[in-house]
Amino acid sequence: VSADGFPERAERALADRQLRANLGHATATIRRKRDAVVGELPEWEALRDAGAAIKDAALADLPRLLEELEVRVVKAGGVVHWARDGREACEIVASIARTHEVDEVVKVKSLATDEIGLNEALATAGVSAVETDLAELIVQLAHDRPSHIVVPAIHLNRNEIRDVFAASFADERLEAVPEALAEAARIHLREKLLSARMAVSGANFAVAETGTICVVESEGNGRFCLTLPDVLVTVMGIEKVVPTFRDLEVMLQLLPRSATGERMNPYTSLWHGVTPNDGPQEFHLVLLDNGRTSVLADEVGRAALRCIRCAACLNVCPVYERTGGHAYGSVYPGPIGAILTPQLHGLQQGRTLPWASSLCGACYEVCPVKIDIPRILVHLRQRIVEDGGAGVLGPAGMKAAAFVFRGSRRFRLAQRLARPLLRLPVGPLRGWLRSRAAPSIPEHGFRDWWTRRG
Amino acid sequence: VRVALFAACFNELLFPETPRAVVELLERLGHTVEFPEAQTCCGQMHANSGYRREAMPLLRRFVATFEPYEAIVSPSASCVGMVRESYPRLVEGDRELSAAVAELAPRVYELTELLVDVLGVEDVGARLEARAVYHPTCHSLRGLRLGDRPLRLLRAVRDLELAELPRADECCGFGGTFAVKNAAVSTAMLEDKLADVSASGAQLVVAVDNSCLMHIGGGARHARLPIETRHLAEILVSR
Repeated sequence: VSADGFPERAERALADRQLRANLGHATATIRRKRDAVVGELPEWEALRDAGAAIKDAALADLPRLLEELEVRVVKAGGVVHWARDGREACEIVASIARTHEVDEVVKVKSLATDEIGLNEALATAGVSAVETDLAELIVQLAHDRPSHIVVPAIHLNRNEIRDVFAASFADERLEAVPEALAEAARIHLREKLLSARMAVSGANFAVAETGTICVVESEGNGRFCLTLPDVLVTVMGIEKVVPTFRDLEVMLQLLPRSATGERMNPYTSLWHGVTPNDGPQEFHLVLLDNGRTSVLADEVGRAALRCIRCAACLNVCPVYERTGGHAYGSVYPGPIGAILTPQLHGLQQGRTLPWASSLCGACYEVCPVKIDIPRILVHLRQRIVEDGGAGVLGPAGMKAAAFVFRGSRRFRLAQRLARPLLRLPVGPLRGWLRSRAAPSIPEHGFRDWWTRRG
Repeated sequence: VRVALFAACFNELLFPETPRAVVELLERLGHTVEFPEAQTCCGQMHANSGYRREAMPLLRRFVATFEPYEAIVSPSASCVGMVRESYPRLVEGDRELSAAVAELAPRVYELTELLVDVLGVEDVGARLEARAVYHPTCHSLRGLRLGDRPLRLLRAVRDLELAELPRADECCGFGGTFAVKNAAVSTAMLEDKLADVSASGAQLVVAVDNSCLMHIGGGARHARLPIETRHLAEILVSR
């Protein structure tokens, strides 16, 4: 993961007018759908409160819940692995593939495996990972990167997708119509799905009290992966655990309405362990930390671990809507990415991301688990500044301003000095003047008027 | 009612006509306005940029300056939001200061809150011939949740024609230091806001934060668009 230099990457992305049009159109469509299905639930705010409370309770009791989950999964015939970081998790998955002598695995769309670079790690081990989610497949075949949490190929239009498929499937006559493109993908994937002996998935939720794993999806390709192969490996961030089965009642209302603007997603798969003669006969659960326990140690920042990856915050973000996901340089783009990436991978990674927001608050309003993203953005700015990191106007400017504001006589004098200086195009004003005229500077300040008036 | 004015440093320096309009408006309505001269800045820029340590003395100064007053008004939604939302967090762990902030914050009103909720007035007797749109700034809309208070005041202004602003709830792209730090994204947001204003046919953009208006107005002048910006207080004092 490299997430330095959001401003520069954003500027490059903004130059692509086609990308901006695609994104603007796509995010507006999802926003409209989401608003409609959220608007029909009078208890939506109560659901959000419940969702936040469930996740907070789980995070507060994480060690016990994870051990309970392990006991239940093992009792149901599964194997549980604990991975401190991505490298360990990748090694666990690769060794399972080696044991079963498979050279190809099918994959259910999963952020956790993207986060740890599992596909690349498996390739090094001689195992090719085939993405089966349509958009993930497009991105994989294009040797591209996902740019959205739920809609990974949101940055590509249908003509670009046609070109990717035409090249990958050696079909130059393929037409850029959705039906033809879907059919081409279907033919390609059916063959992979029917021959696969091992599948890898992520998890949307895991229930501690029952050992149930839950994956939600739209296409049904995930269901294929979860049922057809002999071996199933689920890589799950440790924050995905919820205490009780009843908690799913809340989560499965919040997630589809927020993510795709649907009342219920088309496929919800729930399983625990292994069922004899039905589905995979070997099940592995990899519990992934990869920075999560250190996020948990931050009292303000830890709320980011409530995230259920719905991407509603991306769809309403005026920054994301214009730059797209690649500008964030992380598997997790948008507002949630701006608070997750620096926390998961260390403040050195993505230290410009907490400033990739105007703090407009639209993300917090839609978040189904009420993560106060603007608050955490400010909190991370503070941690980076106190860490000696890059301030915005520079620490010297900020300290000088603070000095001036600590006394009213200084402030009055500084105003007199500042007015003529503000007419000069220097310092931060240069960035301002690229697209905005300077305000006309008044001769006298408010204080002068107030004093004269007596 | 005796009201203390928090002008906001930004307004004092660049937009003195806005706090002036607040004084004139409240006096016209029969109230007394005081301007505690010890006031400077609420600390918002520092706190939001990550300079908590630098913000704290400004916070203490604000609390000490305005503690004696029963009602404080400010023509800056983002500063009021700073006091109401961020101050309680910044003083967490300091019992004395927390108590002082908890006492003070509910008495700090944004201008339209003071007019509509406290003084119970919507028609202030203003008149202005213009076609305008109201841009709900992020801090006034999602922070303070001003709702339709500004619109109720504007609808009562004689000869003022209020047009519909498409995507009104979307950020204009100012965002404090964001406007400079991420100038390209800020500009892209501004361009879309200006296109929406142009589409509305309005010649005037009204809001309750001069910082956003400086950004929108600066963009309009840079692009040579026939769009002007004015703080709501100045509209309400027009005759």
